[in-house]
Amino acid sequence: MKLSFSAEDEQFREEVASWLAANLVGEFECVRGRGGPGDEHQLVEERKAWERKLHEGGWTCIGWPKEYGGRSASIEQQVIFNEEYARAGGPGRIGHIGETLAGPTIIAFGSEEQKAKYLPGILRGEEFWCQGYSEPSAGSDLANVKTKAVFDEASGKWRINGQKVWTSLAHESEYCFVIARTDPQSVGHKGLGFFLVAMDQPGVTVRPIEQITGTSEFNEVFFDDAECDASDIVGEPGEGWKVAMGLLGFERGVSTLGQQMLFQNEFDAIIKLAKENGAAQNPALRHRIAEAHIGLRIMRYNSMRMLSGGADGSLQKEAMIYKLYWASWHRNLGKLAMDVMGQESEILEDAPYELNRLQSMYLFTRSDTIYGGTNQIQRNIIAERALGMPREPRG
Amino acid sequence: MEFTFTDEQLMIRDTAEAFLAEVSTSEAVRAAMVTEAGYDPQLWQRVCEEMFWQAIHIPEEYGGMGLGYVELVAMLEQMGRYLFCSPFFSTVCLGVNALLVAANDEQKAQYLPEIVAGKTATLAFASANGGWASDSVTATFSATDNGFVLDGSYRYVTDGHSADLLIVAAREAGSEGEQGISLFVLPADSAGVSRRWLPTMDQTRKQAELNFEQVAVPASALLGESGQAGAQLEQILDLARVAIAADQVGGTQQALDITVEYLQERQQFGRVIASYQAVKHKAADMMLKAEAGRSALYYAACVADESLQGGPLADQLSEAASIAKAYCSEAYFFNAGCGIQLFGGVGFTSEYDIQLYFKRAKSTETFLGDASWHRERLARQLLDGESAA
Repeated sequence: MKLSFSAEDEQFREEVASWLAANLVGEFECVRGRGGPGDEHQLVEERKAWERKLHEGGWTCIGWPKEYGGRSASIEQQVIFNEEYARAGGPGRIGHIGETLAGPTIIAFGSEEQKAKYLPGILRGEEFWCQGYSEPSAGSDLANVKTKAVFDEASGKWRINGQKVWTSLAHESEYCFVIARTDPQSVGHKGLGFFLVAMDQPGVTVRPIEQITGTSEFNEVFFDDAECDASDIVGEPGEGWKVAMGLLGFERGVSTLGQQMLFQNEFDAIIKLAKENGAAQNPALRHRIAEAHIGLRIMRYNSMRMLSGGADGSLQKEAMIYKLYWASWHRNLGKLAMDVMGQESEILEDAPYELNRLQSMYLFTRSDTIYGGTNQIQRNIIAERALGMPREPRG
Repeated sequence: MEFTFTDEQLMIRDTAEAFLAEVSTSEAVRAAMVTEAGYDPQLWQRVCEEMFWQAIHIPEEYGGMGLGYVELVAMLEQMGRYLFCSPFFSTVCLGVNALLVAANDEQKAQYLPEIVAGKTATLAFASANGGWASDSVTATFSATDNGFVLDGSYRYVTDGHSADLLIVAAREAGSEGEQGISLFVLPADSAGVSRRWLPTMDQTRKQAELNFEQVAVPASALLGESGQAGAQLEQILDLARVAIAADQVGGTQQALDITVEYLQERQQFGRVIASYQAVKHKAADMMLKAEAGRSALYYAACVADESLQGGPLADQLSEAASIAKAYCSEAYFFNAGCGIQLFGGVGFTSEYDIQLYFKRAKSTETFLGDASWHRERLARQLLDGESAA
């Protein structure tokens, strides 16, 4: 076992840190520490400009192969980048869906034409993407999508009809990747297609969802005869599920340490508050604070195991627990923050519903254990795939 | 970064597992645990001669294998899985560690080869309900013309009634806390030492009470500087906590494994109960505890290794040990408790082994500080600006 990064990686860390220190200043001072979960809809233009700045420095899409403009950065280097980015207070990446989801999918499954058309915009921080997966009746049961795609021979275009939901940044994005049913007779994961759809067209309507935080990061997206070109389907009609699932394999925990840096910042704010307001003297709260500390440290060690193993494709049990682990931990941290705030936890910054950072975190963490696979679904996956217990019946 | 076992470490782990699966069966554990010594002396002799486990992290210059703490932890995890009844923990994780941390070269050269040759050892420091830090030391020492005289009593001494060699902590009269503490090494049959086995709820690990009345030891029995061993005692205890956490992770995993195996066989309402979601979700939570505990343990093992061998992580020992001990204690108890629940009625019988894990979970949780104790230790560091002592 070895717990340190190589000298070469540490040099890379130095490079990242010094670039960020030199560039996350001046006009970008205002985005420092902003745009994270619960704050994703804020300072959009400034954060888009920041994406272009990142590109100037060669810091977008670093994990992409060099031939597509990336750096072919190793897993370790991507981890380091994310960690230093978070440490420096880099704003929530408005380009992350294009960089980590759409781009890698197009690189892996897309045509040469699609690569030429879409990858440069992502790389340059000029074109942004959103994800069209979930629907009102396709949440955990993602294969139950109802949105339909029909090929219109006359116009030579695909026509898409249906509704997507929980689409973050939809109103700020140029494109959406959409799973839709190409075979109207099909059910489940068969008969789906994976489409690249421009958002700026008459057939696409975006409606914000007001959340329990009073803010609207998420949206509903309605497709009414929305169109895309014949060449804008990734893979063949009917292969959409394979393409969509391939996407899940692209992320091997490179963002985990960066995410944990944000958690650490929140935790530090709670400790500071507890010392100031006397909560640190309350024995029950002291123990919960220590428990949160234990949980966050173990989260880091667990990520280090995730990053070290799995190169041989073996089942990584430590990776299978990760979503359930961090989401549950973070949700508990939200509750702890309110209990440390005590009587002040109810008092808002301002009317009509302006939350402070910890209040926003508290409410927002209620979504952590739901999106990206609910805790219940995570437990099913662990029991079935890791422990070999019988599968739930699936329609 | 390679936060994973090397091929050599995997081999050590797998060899240990294969051996324990053969010798530490349910029948063997149940036979050993009802004896006063708590282990089969012939099996222990075999372990010492064939497997050479007692020598695992003793340096080669003293006849040991010279391996590190990660290898030790890999082996301990398997011992925890198989509830291995032996003086391994007391001898290696208390006795050897105490000598490695506190003894001078001459003392190491005298005692470590004896342990390599099969002598057992343990550490005595805590008094009745006095807690688990160095301030729990109440036994006293006083200097004489040619050595020291020790007085006082110790409780919760692992294998204290059977160990050949004792390492004991005592304090200067009137001293408090970490101050004034010395460590001594002496044969367990020294004049004035009386030892009493304490029957325990967890029968797989034995505890004893020791009484010292005017026990005279030579000057050469003193480990380190007189009255200056408080920090060394803390280091020894933290190393032992990491070892206990390894035992706990092994037990946490095995409690899950034997439970899932049973769930896959037991049928109710015409199907195996492993197919019910209420059952699956509990099992998934158990796996989360086992994996997160393992992550905490392996990190602590690396830190413990550097604590003994030197390295940049060495000063994290108390924090890493407390994190591992706090989490793994609760994880083991959770899994063993859930195991009994999921086994249903038979989980409450003596016949099924899950009860043995349930009892070992609790004894390992209590020993050297339970989760609350370690959380408070961490809270002092986080909230009161103290170093974790």
